[in-house]
Amino acid sequence: MSTRIYIPADTLALALGADELARTITDEARARGEDIKIIRNGSRGLCWAEPLLEVQTDTGRMAYGPVGANDVAGLFDADFLHGGAHEKSLGLVDDIPYLKTQTRQIFKTCGLYAPDDIDAYAAHGGFAGLRAALALDAQRIIDEIEVAGLRGRGGAAFPASIKWRTVLSAKAPRKYVVCNADEGDSGTFADRLIMEGDPFLLIEGMVIAGLGTGADTGIIYVRSEYPLAADILNAAITAAKDANWLGKNIQKSGKSFEIEVFVGGGSYVCGEETALLESLEGKPGIVRAKPPVPALHGLYGKPTLINNVITLCAAPGILAQGGAHHKALGSPDSAGTMPFQLSGDVKYGGIYEAPFGLSLRTLIEDIGGGTRSGKPIKAVQIGGPLGAYLPPALFDTKLAYEAMTAIGAGVGHGGIIVFNEDTDMRAQARYAFAFCAHESCGKCTPCRIGAVRGAELLAKDAPDMALVEDLCAVMADGSACAMGSMTPIPVRTAMTHFADDFAPKDAAQ
Amino acid sequence: MTRWNEEKCRALIEETCAKGQPLTAALRALVDAFGYIDDAALAPLMQGFARSRAEVRSAIAYYDDFSMRPPGRHSIRLCQAEACQAAGARALTAHACAKTGLQPGQTSADGALTLHNVYCLGLCTHGPAALIDGKPVAELDEDKLDAHLAGLEP
Ligand SMILES: Cc1cc2nc3c(=O)[nH]c(=O)nc-3n(C[C@H](O)[C@H](O)[C@H](O)COP(=O)(O)O)c2cc1C
Ligand code: SF4
Ligand code: FES
Repeated sequence: MSTRIYIPADTLALALGADELARTITDEARARGEDIKIIRNGSRGLCWAEPLLEVQTDTGRMAYGPVGANDVAGLFDADFLHGGAHEKSLGLVDDIPYLKTQTRQIFKTCGLYAPDDIDAYAAHGGFAGLRAALALDAQRIIDEIEVAGLRGRGGAAFPASIKWRTVLSAKAPRKYVVCNADEGDSGTFADRLIMEGDPFLLIEGMVIAGLGTGADTGIIYVRSEYPLAADILNAAITAAKDANWLGKNIQKSGKSFEIEVFVGGGSYVCGEETALLESLEGKPGIVRAKPPVPALHGLYGKPTLINNVITLCAAPGILAQGGAHHKALGSPDSAGTMPFQLSGDVKYGGIYEAPFGLSLRTLIEDIGGGTRSGKPIKAVQIGGPLGAYLPPALFDTKLAYEAMTAIGAGVGHGGIIVFNEDTDMRAQARYAFAFCAHESCGKCTPCRIGAVRGAELLAKDAPDMALVEDLCAVMADGSACAMGSMTPIPVRTAMTHFADDFAPKDAAQ
Repeated sequence: MTRWNEEKCRALIEETCAKGQPLTAALRALVDAFGYIDDAALAPLMQGFARSRAEVRSAIAYYDDFSMRPPGRHSIRLCQAEACQAAGARALTAHACAKTGLQPGQTSADGALTLHNVYCLGLCTHGPAALIDGKPVAELDEDKLDAHLAGLEP
């Protein structure tokens, strides 16, 4: 039998030369008369080891990484086809501490097989949640989500069951499930990795959401920066329909659900749920006033459930294992696991999925290994461009909704970016304003004008910091959505925790 | 990508209308086909989607992906977002601007290259990230960028 070799084909692995690696291995195997079969799998989320090559051996899947085309001859010489030792050896993939110490619920099967291999997905427990949901009525499905204590993973952490129940109880001829796959936050890539690596999980989650809310139409709003994710999702949708896990009369249940992929237009604010709906309707992504909430008055005025990719991907596990299992992980207010995403100047960047409650320090230092540059850490930003900048003195804070709120921060979509000592925090604060100015949908004056003024002020040698603070106060109070109201968070936390960087430039010389 | 062509433009707009898709879907189709939205597309877009000139123009203006200026034959999109900043994106962008004489959003006079900003490509563990002629690139540095620029056919 041919030896199975796994080489990821997600966007990061491709950017790091995975295609060339696969070609080189194919050529080398042919030259050496070795019988191999290359499987292009999804990513395991161990981004630091990409391209991560795995070989199926008698003892399990042996990992090598990061591997480049120029390592190939040496790997064959070291008999990697039988797990031979090589300087890039990482041992059995399941024993790599970075992976082994995780509690994977969302990323459980990501990277085990090719993303279009529906049989492999099913063989690894896929569709068990949907199978369970098909046997329940909608209320019971939502009960399970409620017991699980699942909160939205897109940023606002709103209890999922409340939204689901609102949509279910709304009377309308048509309802929608919209998956928010706009993943605009810098430092986040969990949605991308799931869509590119385990797309059937998202499809399964959306069908469950459809059963739970009485909706028969799903739309995945994918940002245009993720073209590969859109392609993989479209292929998976076709495969799921062919296997009757999607489409009409799913598994002879009498229930139907369709999913369509919609590609965004390169706007961060379109990740905000009402702007996203406008965008889906083909209009500029101008934020709508709330109420009415989308759950009652959403896409084309119809009741619409909007959830993040990871929120929806939690549903299959919850239905398969029961809500109590999910609730038992994490802390009372922060139930379940979060696929934290480590990036920036960090040695071991990637997905680290764990129950809420580990400390920022554990994640950054023990798991992330500190900076890649070797320079001391100055700050981390947690929760995307609208998230707080935190100094090392606060690294003992727990990664949980309540603990982060207590220090004026938020978990957001779980992205944590590490900045080294060379970082000028005033430049970071200025960027927060500039990004807001660039992305503002223009509806509110404090956001549209305030952000421009803020960026101008912080560009001065001796900015009027009282004026900056005034601006922040007006933006926080006078903006209709978090773009304007939360831009002051990175600005103020940078000002509070790194005051030295805001001293007048000439005085500092 | 092909050169602007009125007939194909009208066909794409009709096709989107026939499928019942919204205005932005037609804008996407035009940009995918020609790289930009020509002035001459405004009238058929207004007609096809029963929108005013202002509505069509504001939809184009709102989205970063849509532009009414023809792009260069090559494109470099440099990520400006925080994780890439932490890996040196600011200095790299400054270098790219100095080397090409372009500011983000500008196209060189000979039409060879357009420099763009982009905000996160989901490659945040390996910044600075970029899209070069649509291809994702990770761990970009000055040398790799210079080599790429030197290799561009005029
Ligand atoms: C400016 C802005 C950008 C946002 N971007 C995203 C995004 O990219 N993905 C996402 O899931 N939620 C995003 N949100 C949050 C959504 O408005 C919404 O809360 C979320 O999609 C709900 O799903 P959840 O309950 O599963 O988290 C954004 C919010 C704001 C204000
Ligand atoms: S805060 Fe900014 S982005 Fe949000 S609605 Fe107001 S203007 Fe638009
Ligand atoms: S911040 Fe540049 S790729 Fe995410």
